[in-house]
Amino acid sequence: MNEYYDVLVVGAGPAGLAAAQAATSHGARVGLIDAQATAGGQVWRHDVRHAAPSLARRSIGGALTHSRVDWLARTQVVAVETGSLFVEDPRRGSRLDYGALVLATGARELLLPFPGWTLPGVTGAGGLQALAKQGWPLAGRRVLIAGSGPLLLAAAATAKRHGATVLGIYEQAGADAVRRFAGSLWRWPAKAIQAALLRGQLAGVPYRCGSVVRRALGDSTLRTVELEGPHGIEQVPCDQLAIGYGLLPNVELAQLLGCELRWEGAHPQVSTDIWQQTNIDTVYAAGEVCGIGGRDSARVEGAIAGHAAAGARSAAMALQPRRRHARAFAEALRTRFALDARVYALATPDTLICRCEDVALSDMDGYTDTRSAKLATRCGMGACQGRICGAALAELGRFSGGGQRPPLFPARLSTLGDTDFFPLATIEE
Amino acid sequence: MNAISSIRLFVDDQPVDVPAGASVAAAIATLGISFRRSVSGQWRAPLCGMGVCFECRVRIDGIAQQRACMCPVHDGMRVSTHE
Amino acid sequence: MKTYDLIVVGAGIVGAACADYASAEGLRVAIVEPGPVGGGATAAAMGHLVAMDDDPAELALSRYSLELWESLSNLPQAEFSRCGTLWVASNERELASIPAKRARLAAAGVETEAIDSDTLYRLEPALAPGLAGGMRVPGEAVVYPPAVARHLVDRAVERGARMYSRRVAHIEYGGVRLDDDTRLQGPALIATGCALAQLLPTLPLRARKGHLVITDRHPGLVHHQLLELGYADSAHGDADSSVAFNVQPRPTGQILIGSSREFGSSTPEVSLPMVRRMLARSFRFLPALRQLDALRIWTGFRPVSPDGRPYLGRVPHEHQLWVAAGHEGLGITTSLGSARLVVDQLLGRATAIDASPYDPARVVA
Ligand SMILES: Cc1cc2nc3c(=O)[nH]c(=O)nc-3n(C[C@H](O)[C@H](O)[C@H](O)COP(=O)(O)OP(=O)(O)OC[C@H]3O[C@@H](n4cnc5c(N)ncnc54)[C@H](O)[C@@H]3O)c2cc1C
Ligand SMILES: Cc1cc2nc3c(=O)[nH]c(=O)nc-3n(C[C@H](O)[C@H](O)[C@H](O)COP(=O)(O)OP(=O)(O)OC[C@H]3O[C@@H](n4cnc5c(N)ncnc54)[C@H](O)[C@@H]3O)c2cc1C
Ligand code: FES
Repeated sequence: MNEYYDVLVVGAGPAGLAAAQAATSHGARVGLIDAQATAGGQVWRHDVRHAAPSLARRSIGGALTHSRVDWLARTQVVAVETGSLFVEDPRRGSRLDYGALVLATGARELLLPFPGWTLPGVTGAGGLQALAKQGWPLAGRRVLIAGSGPLLLAAAATAKRHGATVLGIYEQAGADAVRRFAGSLWRWPAKAIQAALLRGQLAGVPYRCGSVVRRALGDSTLRTVELEGPHGIEQVPCDQLAIGYGLLPNVELAQLLGCELRWEGAHPQVSTDIWQQTNIDTVYAAGEVCGIGGRDSARVEGAIAGHAAAGARSAAMALQPRRRHARAFAEALRTRFALDARVYALATPDTLICRCEDVALSDMDGYTDTRSAKLATRCGMGACQGRICGAALAELGRFSGGGQRPPLFPARLSTLGDTDFFPLATIEE
Repeated sequence: MNAISSIRLFVDDQPVDVPAGASVAAAIATLGISFRRSVSGQWRAPLCGMGVCFECRVRIDGIAQQRACMCPVHDGMRVSTHE
Repeated sequence: MKTYDLIVVGAGIVGAACADYASAEGLRVAIVEPGPVGGGATAAAMGHLVAMDDDPAELALSRYSLELWESLSNLPQAEFSRCGTLWVASNERELASIPAKRARLAAAGVETEAIDSDTLYRLEPALAPGLAGGMRVPGEAVVYPPAVARHLVDRAVERGARMYSRRVAHIEYGGVRLDDDTRLQGPALIATGCALAQLLPTLPLRARKGHLVITDRHPGLVHHQLLELGYADSAHGDADSSVAFNVQPRPTGQILIGSSREFGSSTPEVSLPMVRRMLARSFRFLPALRQLDALRIWTGFRPVSPDGRPYLGRVPHEHQLWVAAGHEGLGITTSLGSARLVVDQLLGRATAIDASPYDPARVVA
């Protein structure tokens, strides 16, 4: 199957949905793809037990039901060529040609190694949220939330709504930093309301600053979490630990396309101009993939990208003030929640860094570059293609990640071997 | 809460009912079954919940190494763990 | 200025083997390698240790090398796995070619078994129906080449070899000059694989690109390194590009799928049309591959001399200059024997097998 779209959008989170809707408003034919089964991205992920908030319903409905939008769920990108993406869904592979491409691939969590992080029962913070929304049983389970950033509050609220007993939220940042951040929220009324709502939902849940999870303990599954807080070390029995250290952009597709990246600390994000256009004329990027900024900046950037990709720069221009305002929030977030030195020292020599190939931190001693370490230890050679260990090693200051080549995600061999990505004439048999 | 229709599937031949739209990962966790062992034999279960870490891989309808967190359940689905 | 008995330039599997053997023979060795050890063609290879019988000289070198590989069979990081090779005949014509093939291998001392079609499916139930039979070479194995190269270099360094993480910028009278201007004095052995022309432009060498695909872990799907009997035609034919069924069970349970060969492409980018051709070929023999996932695809370049044989020996018209390069698609297998042929000549010793077919003088007028 080959299709042509005036505007092809990758990722159906707030940014991608807004891009799709903006592009169709100018008459463009839009393809919207997402690896997930339902649209909404991270923040509006479909919840099997609870109705979606009205903004999410409107945004998702508005984009997916439009006659000029083709919604392609469970579709992931395998490879790229100039002007085309090769994708697969559970049934087949296909080639999607585009006039303009919008990358709205969002972010994933920064997951950092510590002793015991491989135990069943330890998940990301957003990870537990995602699992719960998809029906993961939490009723009556004791959940401890830890790591860093405002996502911890959202994760706790989701866990609670799904019936968990949330034992506490343990933020690594110090109380001063958190207070300063909360105090600056008034500049972003939507955020302030969201935060207040979350606080309401989280009544009775302890929120502890300056606290770091040192270890997760258990034999074949998590039993106890060891915390170090301002008042010393304590061990807390629990069933589930949800721990994440913030978000990092999913730039792999942009990298494969050859888009220019810039580094925010140890992690890359896509560079764009004010039209959300990358250094490649036909490729736009919007939302978290351009730097962590939250839902509101994702929406406005998505809309700008959608307008601009459909050739309507005036509509895109009108949104610039909103964009600047929303991005300023991201700045605030970043400066306030720097990671504590203790977090970087958690992994011990025998802590596994590469969970796919079970490579310990000390196995990498003596290697100074990614490639040698990878060739010798298999670190990063597994199914996640280095997405987890690569980001962790970069954050820990060991090595930075390498280049990108197809397949972007593990792809079915039949997709690669059977799909007529190219006109047959170009392939000798 | 919405009125939720439920789906019956089988994990390691045990029946389990979960809400429509739930993931295979949720179904496995509902039964309290472990997911998989790592290459050195350690127990593993979902980490990221969003298709990135590949810790949730199981066999789904005969096809090995599928991400349980990315796959919605359907009636009569057959899942096996511990590959 | 540092003086050595031997300066090995390039630490692919060939250079690594040379450094290892030379240091074991008591030479003071320098190793010059700017990149990761074993990071060139060596890191891209399938790591199949195989005797190819289509050229008697190549067969002798393979046979000699395979024996030497036995000394590394217990090295954990070598991931040595004696899975054996199973050559698959698609039809009666290919089946009929087996007795002569077996005779050639037997003459070189390689043990083989004729496999009828019932036995073929008993050995490898996942093979597609309709295949005629095959030939098994039970002693052959697969290894993880970059780790072996690393081990050989480490062993040489333990014996006192000195590692320079630099590039040789040029060859000078009586030695080499590195890209940081360091000068090393002594006989140089050029083992730079596909980059040979940069230092030794008189020895013609082309690069032949290959693609490989690796899957997730699916232990038990296949048990042998599987090759189609038509492989040799693909491997040594002169077509601009060709593919052949060539599938390997890694000790991890992963499946490594080859192979493609093409001249004329010098960029490392993955070519999806080539991958498609290669996979389409492998599905004809192993349809079960279709539903497996590809974790990664990579490419590599095989260094190819005009007659397909490596250059092993003294560089013509040069006194202090030696070469070990041009091993095409067999350089993992033949690395250990190659090292001995060159270093034994350098030491003025008799070689264990006839070295003349590899003499670089053959291409220089
Ligand atoms: C786990 C997690 C939980 C979060 N929870 C909250 C929350 O509760 N509240 C909040 O305000 N913010 C939350 N965030 C922050 C969130 O990223 C933003 O608020 C917002 O969702 C960003 O929108 P986006 O459109 O840029 O990206 P996302 O919402 O992340 O959407 C990106 C989409 O792209 C898809 N995708 C990515 N790569 C590909 C590909 N190659 N092929 C196909 N599809 C692809 C993904 O499946 C995803 O659906 C969370 C983030 C994460 C990572
Ligand atoms: C896809 C593929 C599959 C293969 N499969 C097999 C197989 O199954 N079995 C088998 O036996 N063979 C196989 N081969 C062949 C094998 O990989 C090669 O023949 C072998 O690796 C060649 O080794 P080398 O040391 O000569 O070259 P390389 O490994 O390329 O090493 C050359 C080294 O020289 C260095 N170098 C270059 N220039 C300089 C300089 N100026 N100064 C210093 N150093 C320099 C490079 O950095 C490099 O590390 C395969 C090859 C390919 C491409
Ligand atoms: S839980 Fe990470 S991929 Fe499924």
